[in-house]
Amino acid sequence: MSDNVLLPSGSIEKQTTTLNLGPTHPATHGVFQNIIELDGEKIVAADSTVGYIHRAFEKIAERRPLYQITPLTDRLNYCSAPINNIGWHLTCEKLLKVQVPKRVDYLRVIIMELARITDHLICNSIMGVDSGAYTGFLYVMQYRELVYEIYEEICGSRLTTNIGRIGGFERDFTNAAFEKTERFLKEYPAVLKEFEDLFTRNRIFMERTIGAGPISAERALNYGFTGPNLRAAGVDYDVRVVAPYSSYEEFDFEVPIGSTGDSYDRFLVRNGEMWQSLRIIEQAMQKLNDLKGEDATVYHADVPEYYLPPKKDVYTKMEALIWHFKIIMGEINMPPGEVYQAVEGANGELGFYFISDGGRTPYRLHFRRPCFIYYQAYAEMVKGAMLSDAIVVMSSMNLIAGEMDA
Amino acid sequence: MALSNEQIKEKLVEKFGDQVIGFEEQYGMLSFQSAKELNLKVLNFLVEEATLQFRFLTDLCGVHYPDNKGQEIAVVYHLHNMRENVRIRYKVFTDSAQPDVYTATGLFAGANWMERETYDFYGVNFVGHPNLKRILNVEEMDYFPMRKEYPLEDQSRIDKDDEMFGR
Repeated sequence: MSDNVLLPSGSIEKQTTTLNLGPTHPATHGVFQNIIELDGEKIVAADSTVGYIHRAFEKIAERRPLYQITPLTDRLNYCSAPINNIGWHLTCEKLLKVQVPKRVDYLRVIIMELARITDHLICNSIMGVDSGAYTGFLYVMQYRELVYEIYEEICGSRLTTNIGRIGGFERDFTNAAFEKTERFLKEYPAVLKEFEDLFTRNRIFMERTIGAGPISAERALNYGFTGPNLRAAGVDYDVRVVAPYSSYEEFDFEVPIGSTGDSYDRFLVRNGEMWQSLRIIEQAMQKLNDLKGEDATVYHADVPEYYLPPKKDVYTKMEALIWHFKIIMGEINMPPGEVYQAVEGANGELGFYFISDGGRTPYRLHFRRPCFIYYQAYAEMVKGAMLSDAIVVMSSMNLIAGEMDA
Repeated sequence: MALSNEQIKEKLVEKFGDQVIGFEEQYGMLSFQSAKELNLKVLNFLVEEATLQFRFLTDLCGVHYPDNKGQEIAVVYHLHNMRENVRIRYKVFTDSAQPDVYTATGLFAGANWMERETYDFYGVNFVGHPNLKRILNVEEMDYFPMRKEYPLEDQSRIDKDDEMFGR
């Protein structure tokens, strides 16, 4: 007989159980780890480890010309990549003092609101999946698919979109894109209504989510919460309202808020926002139709230093060829300056802090990633709750590993 | 009544005199700096003073200026007064040999991970931080990768012999 097996010290005396949720747990929906200390089924402490898919975007960006940074922003919150892309273009336009035409603003608003709907759809339907209701998730996916088809019509790709350029869009929206948007506006409300019917007053869903992971407005602000999670706690902070970009000040919409900041409120706020996004898209379509003359066809601003000239001109005109070459090789010096530009991402305030020293690439680019900042409250939110609550709280916070780790 | 950048500047100068310096306004945002020893006093003043009330820490990050001898690393705070809807930027500079800066975790719970990130990439030692360890990089890493002395690979290098991925 061999000697007795040696147990790690303290493992017998310890009164609690340590449980790892993640890094590859099905409920984390991404690669991050939650180490949970359990007393029976009650959580007494939690700790999180992030960084498994860190890709050093901020460092890489220091060597890239502006247009090459757009694909990096795709990979932050990949559930709503167009918002990140357009947020980045807005940052560049602010630094370069580019004025974009109204039509570009409206087109951008349409895309950003569609992206917000898909992001909220994923988050809310995944909440259903994590609490045992798979149907809603499968049912709404076909409308996310429709939105992805719209992206495809506009930019050619679906998930990591690289949509738009500095100053506008690389090409005008096709008729099919508008037709599909119209179809989405027509068909989606009924689907969203049905999705709400499935969950909002569902006894089981309510039992699982009401009171799970609440946070007070004061704590949420102290933790740097933004977006639907902050609004669920009762603070009506929305970047689209307090610092409008892309002509959001012209649109009429409400900012839904909750009161207790629990998982159920977060769910309701996101559902409310989807309705508001539909309203915004409708208004934007109307505004597009109201544009007359040249305003009704323009799809980019005149920024020769950053906006690629049409291919036909590149082959026939000297000037266009020079700009094309300079842009592609990244040979254009930016004005020096420091800019902070924020957009209302689907899960919070997505900020870009951009320092230019007058060179060809950013001197420093920092992404304010909302879920990296608010995820640190997770330990406090689940303390004292049950293990099953920990899962629901995690999915209700809309954590995107790609954004957290940048 | 909206809070203007001039009023913020006046308040700060009234309280700290010539210890707050480098006021500038770029793209509408007031920016200023102070000695790093003062950072908690200044932040506390910005949070608590009745008219300022910058209670929301939007962002905290580091910047490396290797040519700025003795003050190589900047810690940049972006603060937001949500009531008046004003943002400001506040910077402190520290030398890279002994980058000690007081932690803001006592004022903002959200500063915890942001400071860990800044430590991770720039090596800023936040004095008093409850859990200052690397967050995104591996714990065994023995350098601070966002500092400028670690350049990314030069795209035009020719000394690489890599049959599969050669350039």
